[in-house]
Amino acid sequence: MSDIYIHTEKLCFSYTDADGKAEHPALNGISVDIHEGEYVAVLGHNGSGKSTFAKLLNLILEPTSGKLVIGDVELTGRELSDEEVLQLRRNVGMVFQNPDNQLVATIVEEDVAFGPENLGVPHPELRERVDGALAAVDMSDYAHHEPHRLSGGQKQRVAIAGIIAMMPKCIIFDESTAMLDPSGRREVLNTIQMLNCEHGITVLNITHYMNEAAMADRILVINDGELLMDGTPDEIFAQREILRRVGLEVPQCAALIHELRKSGIDIDGTKISTVEDCAELIASYYAKTSLKQEEQDV
Amino acid sequence: MKGVAFGQYYPAVSPMHRIDPRAKVIMAVLYIVCTFLCKNLTGFIALLLSAILLVTLSHIPLKLVLRSLRPILFIIAFTSVINIFMTKGETLLTPESWKIKIYAEGIWNALFMVLRITVLIIGTGIFLTYTTTPIALTDALEYLLSPLKKIKIPVHDFAMMMTIALRFIPTLTEETEKIMNAQKARGADFTTGSLLKRAKALIPILVPLFVSAFNRAFDLASAMECRCYHGGEGRTRLNVLHYRAVDFVAILLVAAFGVGLFFLNRYGFGYTLS
Amino acid sequence: MYKIYLDHVSYIYGQGTPFEKKALDDVSLGIRAGCMTGIIGHTGSGKSTMMQLLNGLASPTEGKVLLDDYDINSRPEEVLEACKSLPPYRNLSKSAAKKAIKAEVTRRRRELCFRVGLVMQYPEYQLFEETVFKDIAFGPQNMGLSEEEIKARVLEAAEFTGIESDLLDKSPFDLSGGQKRRVALAGVIAMRPEVLVLDEPAAGLDPRGRDFIFEGISHYQKTTGSTVLIVSHSMEDMARYCDDMVVMANGQVKMHGNCKEVFSKVSDLSSIGLDIPQITQLMALLREKGMDVPQDIYTVDAAVSAVKRFLETGKGGV
Repeated sequence: MSDIYIHTEKLCFSYTDADGKAEHPALNGISVDIHEGEYVAVLGHNGSGKSTFAKLLNLILEPTSGKLVIGDVELTGRELSDEEVLQLRRNVGMVFQNPDNQLVATIVEEDVAFGPENLGVPHPELRERVDGALAAVDMSDYAHHEPHRLSGGQKQRVAIAGIIAMMPKCIIFDESTAMLDPSGRREVLNTIQMLNCEHGITVLNITHYMNEAAMADRILVINDGELLMDGTPDEIFAQREILRRVGLEVPQCAALIHELRKSGIDIDGTKISTVEDCAELIASYYAKTSLKQEEQDV
Repeated sequence: MKGVAFGQYYPAVSPMHRIDPRAKVIMAVLYIVCTFLCKNLTGFIALLLSAILLVTLSHIPLKLVLRSLRPILFIIAFTSVINIFMTKGETLLTPESWKIKIYAEGIWNALFMVLRITVLIIGTGIFLTYTTTPIALTDALEYLLSPLKKIKIPVHDFAMMMTIALRFIPTLTEETEKIMNAQKARGADFTTGSLLKRAKALIPILVPLFVSAFNRAFDLASAMECRCYHGGEGRTRLNVLHYRAVDFVAILLVAAFGVGLFFLNRYGFGYTLS
Repeated sequence: MYKIYLDHVSYIYGQGTPFEKKALDDVSLGIRAGCMTGIIGHTGSGKSTMMQLLNGLASPTEGKVLLDDYDINSRPEEVLEACKSLPPYRNLSKSAAKKAIKAEVTRRRRELCFRVGLVMQYPEYQLFEETVFKDIAFGPQNMGLSEEEIKARVLEAAEFTGIESDLLDKSPFDLSGGQKRRVALAGVIAMRPEVLVLDEPAAGLDPRGRDFIFEGISHYQKTTGSTVLIVSHSMEDMARYCDDMVVMANGQVKMHGNCKEVFSKVSDLSSIGLDIPQITQLMALLREKGMDVPQDIYTVDAAVSAVKRFLETGKGGV
């Protein structure tokens, strides 16, 4: 196992009302380790605290209690210098939900440059980074376009390029596909996968789409501000009833296998995260039973 | 609004489009000075010719340029009327017995004023809005005003605000249209009734628009923070503006034109403004 | 009997500008009354444009949109022609008649909005009132109904969409995303439209929120017998709730029929580039592997019984 990149211990956060009286706990002691290069999906229904979790990792919000360590630096229990906050934010990038609200400049390439410009990256490295980031998300042809004329998926890829140009170690996607159409979603998911596989970037994808979560190495399920489940997609999807209780549904194919097992068919239910896996399960079960049938017939 | 570039920017490839935006801002200022330097008929003829030259150099259709004068037609008309009727001179054109007295000087004054305003509008339009994108203009102003940072004027912040405004104008326009359609679909009526009723009918559009604009602002602020924005200090820039020799030549030409006008005032002919 | 009929409808955006784009290309389509029809297609296929034509927010460049056989875009002259012989107009002076007819056209246009309720994408952006009650009442108020009637309508709409009564006095801006969406939906349902048109009603919601919305729509449709049109990308949702399906691509109708018919053409759907329900994909995969399971499966329940039957008997048994 590679090194731990993000380490949290009993991380808590409460929102305070505008009048400063009542406190609403949003996160209730989350302890989790995320390793370098991992692709983790964070699942939960709206209001489960999953977005709060993401905002804590990026220091947009400050934890009320608990311990947060990112890449050997402990970020809780002391005042952080501006320098440290900047350092953290360049290492942990964040892509938001609404593609319109995170593009700053009126030209694509200038928007991608926004992050590195803030970091004071000098020429010619700045130009190289921008061009490289645009190429990585396959948007080089659009370098001089205006962002508002792009499709949702394209806008989101530009936003991702803007983060890549800061050369982060980890990128958090905060429901970045929720407002996209299927083709836009595919574009973004392929980009995420590519960043994880080819560039070794640690990925946290916060989502409520099960099919998306199935693409990750590992899934964290958050409910009522607590970490409810932690495991591989296969392990998580095997526990359909618990997921249902917290308002989540397993993908259709996994549901089929569950239903078949429930109705007395003794089919293997351990690898159910993709369509191909499920088809394989049914096929091998069929091969096994039809073989038995033939034996009996003989 | 849809499909139309914001502002008056007219995309074209012309010598004027290619000049550095900072140079154009300087030239625009010099040109404004020129229009006020003009005092006599020769000067104004030269000024008019220069305006025609500018339009030609910028490849902007004349029709479009003239259209930009429409909003100030009233001001032009008003100044000419004031000048014609209020100027007292020596050559009386109307019969002595008339109560209203119009002098030749008044006519000349009006003519010059109209010329001055027209050329002023056309000139600044050509230098600034027609051939320079709003964003390039913002950049240019940030560069030119950067000495003011020394006396603690937040030039960078203003430029950033301008950039963001320009970025979000199309987004918010689209949003307004969307909200209007949604409320129309619920039977909202924006077109009939008294003024008060119509103003009230705007509430269902303005409230959602403000709410959404604020949400966008919050999102954008977090997104900018996440991308390490911390003001203008220590920032580098992807596209740095570079003066070329031709930019200096262009500035010098406008300056030379001003000097020329100054001399025309002394040696020119025709009616001279007092 | 068709509730809505599009008769050779074309729509061109920005005609005469460099941005000109044909969004609908000679579409003829009938929507059955009292049914839930899903309209599927990817962005730019013309489905959202079609929606805006249905309640007169936009009018077609060519062709007619008929609602109960009445052309909703009848021009003032046609309305005039129709009204001329009617008693209230016959005795009016020319200018008074003109005015009266103009008012009549506006009235018809607005009435059309009430008959064909339109729920836009992310409709929570349309909320503006101080309380949820007042916001839902906005539509009925514009219809000029009485106080009691408005109240009855609001409560009814709140019930359809599952908005609890204690929410009615809250500010809509204090609600969760899913609740806001339901309030916006209630705001349209409160006008009791004969035709309810929705654009991506569940976009961005979590599974629970999505189910709430679709249950609400389905409840309204079943109780009132109205015609519902849902525009969506999600085949899985459409398969679950709709009777009929229209598949659109490049401004044209590529397929139209009940769900079973449409889903049996998996290869056509994927060649258009649409996302087929996962379960239908699985069935296709199983068939590729040589198992004789039926292809026109699009819900988990149907898949369970089909696969079970196949595994137990070795036969597809359609």
